[in-house]
Amino acid sequence: MNRGMTLSEKILAVKAGRTHVEPDDFLLVEVDLALANDITAPMAIEKFMEAGGTRVHDPDQIALVPDHFVPNKDIKSAEQVQILRKFVKSQGIRKFFEVGRAGIEHVMLPEEGIVKSGDLVVGADSHTCTYGALGAFATGVGSTDIAGVFLTGKAWLRVPKSISVRITGSFLPYVSGKDLILKLISILGTGGGNYKALEFSGPGIENISMEGRMTIANMAVESGAKVGLFPVDEVTVAYEKDRNIEAAGIGPDREASFCRTVELSLDELKPQVAYPHSPANGRDIDEAEKERIAVHQAVIGSCTNGRIEDLRAAADVLQGRKVHPEVRCLIIPGSQRVYAQALKEGLLETFIASECAVSTPTCGPCLGGHMGILGEGEIAVSTTNRNFVGRMGHKGSKVFLASPAVAAASAVAGRIIHPEHV
Amino acid sequence: MKVNGKAMVFGDNVNTDEIIPARYLNSSDPDELAQHLMEDICIGFGQRRNLKGSMIVAGENFGCGSSREHAPAAIQAAGITCVIAKSFARIFLRNSINIGLPVVELDEDFGFEEDDQIEVDLDTGRVTNLTQKKECSFRPYPPDLQEIITAGGWLEYVKEKKDTAISEYFQEIAQFIYKSENIRF
Repeated sequence: MNRGMTLSEKILAVKAGRTHVEPDDFLLVEVDLALANDITAPMAIEKFMEAGGTRVHDPDQIALVPDHFVPNKDIKSAEQVQILRKFVKSQGIRKFFEVGRAGIEHVMLPEEGIVKSGDLVVGADSHTCTYGALGAFATGVGSTDIAGVFLTGKAWLRVPKSISVRITGSFLPYVSGKDLILKLISILGTGGGNYKALEFSGPGIENISMEGRMTIANMAVESGAKVGLFPVDEVTVAYEKDRNIEAAGIGPDREASFCRTVELSLDELKPQVAYPHSPANGRDIDEAEKERIAVHQAVIGSCTNGRIEDLRAAADVLQGRKVHPEVRCLIIPGSQRVYAQALKEGLLETFIASECAVSTPTCGPCLGGHMGILGEGEIAVSTTNRNFVGRMGHKGSKVFLASPAVAAASAVAGRIIHPEHV
Repeated sequence: MKVNGKAMVFGDNVNTDEIIPARYLNSSDPDELAQHLMEDICIGFGQRRNLKGSMIVAGENFGCGSSREHAPAAIQAAGITCVIAKSFARIFLRNSINIGLPVVELDEDFGFEEDDQIEVDLDTGRVTNLTQKKECSFRPYPPDLQEIITAGGWLEYVKEKKDTAISEYFQEIAQFIYKSENIRF
């Protein structure tokens, strides 16, 4: 009898038209969705043309989202998006989302029901793994891979081994998905998940919202992982029902085998802060608080933490308070829908009253693109996903990664602080 | 296929933001990107005259971070002939093979020093440090993977081989044994 399969293996088997797969198997898979953005799509389009491509295999299989340097920061980035516009027009690609109609790809695509449980998604963006929250096998690839999907509708993948991440308990106040994933990456290291799938399970996951799951799955890649997968459960079913989607009836076998198991208790988890210059440098906030780390900028947003729940957490802390005089606090809703919802709930008013700058959806400052670049010696506390050297600006700047609640509290205090201590 | 180069030594976890900072990604032109290679960790690297015909030798997890194919493309455009590392981040490795940049995983501590003259034989799986007169071996790429690199990348290979050969290629690569424990695409 064949061994039991993990959820990754189950999805990959379906998409490869096989009944069973094993780790290390090499597969040619049918792709449900291939996505690229304003940075990676121009290169994919160029490769497609160079390979003699004229018509894409299936225009409905492709989503292109200009989100990194938008609204365009300069002439060159405007020209990059022009390449996308010309391509989608000539190829009849409908899943193209302009500024004002969309937002950050990994926030808006699940929100619009464009990615679903059980899907196989490849994206020329490393944070494509976000959709693992929905129970989709979603992984980052390069532009040439996307050109390959344009040509053939398929991609090549090897079946990863899986690490089981078993979660128990429930979050303490002011603790969220961001803290869990920073903790996990500090355990695994930036290479600990390399070439592997992370599969989340355990009684604790029912206490994690879909938005929290997206934050967790989003940063799976910071451990090197190919995907961070949640099982399809009641939370998934409810999220998809709101989008008129019937959740995929797919789950791991009970006797699935894993190469490693990590256990995490939410009951004991404290807010985490990842020190420069690695997302794996996560430490309990108590330590950061003791060091009295002054910050110049707080950024709340991105594909990691730009969802409505994140903005609610920030507003909850900022309500009735003002941002420290020596801090700039940037709030970036992840999508037009998140923006509209925040407006409706009065969150934007709270932010403005607290003297935060509220921006239109963009990846902007997360990757040092625009809309909040750091100068030499400046320190940011940010809800984004990477704190590499020069990531948000000058190579002599520093980024501390944290949750929206911690970033908001730190913006008020002018230093990194537990939200309970503001 | 043999590639030669002078070693330029880097440490562990060299990430894609260091290889090519995102602020330059408003261009997809590899030659332009090459000008900014490694600039935040090594000032003036992209302007070095001796980049052409050199090799990068690095530690664990080279190329971690973003999926930007601009990273291996910039390395290739700079004329760097090969990247040798103890391990590669998944997407970087995949992108390198897809664009035909030779990458070699060598987990043995081979004691590379700056400017050592290195020769890599991709067919036989042999790395020779001509300066230190030392040799070590790695499992060579299977023939089809070597062909992709020789052809200049995945799409070029597809173009040359047409559809029938693609399925053969996939069967062939399924037998891919080179460090198969550690490589997942």
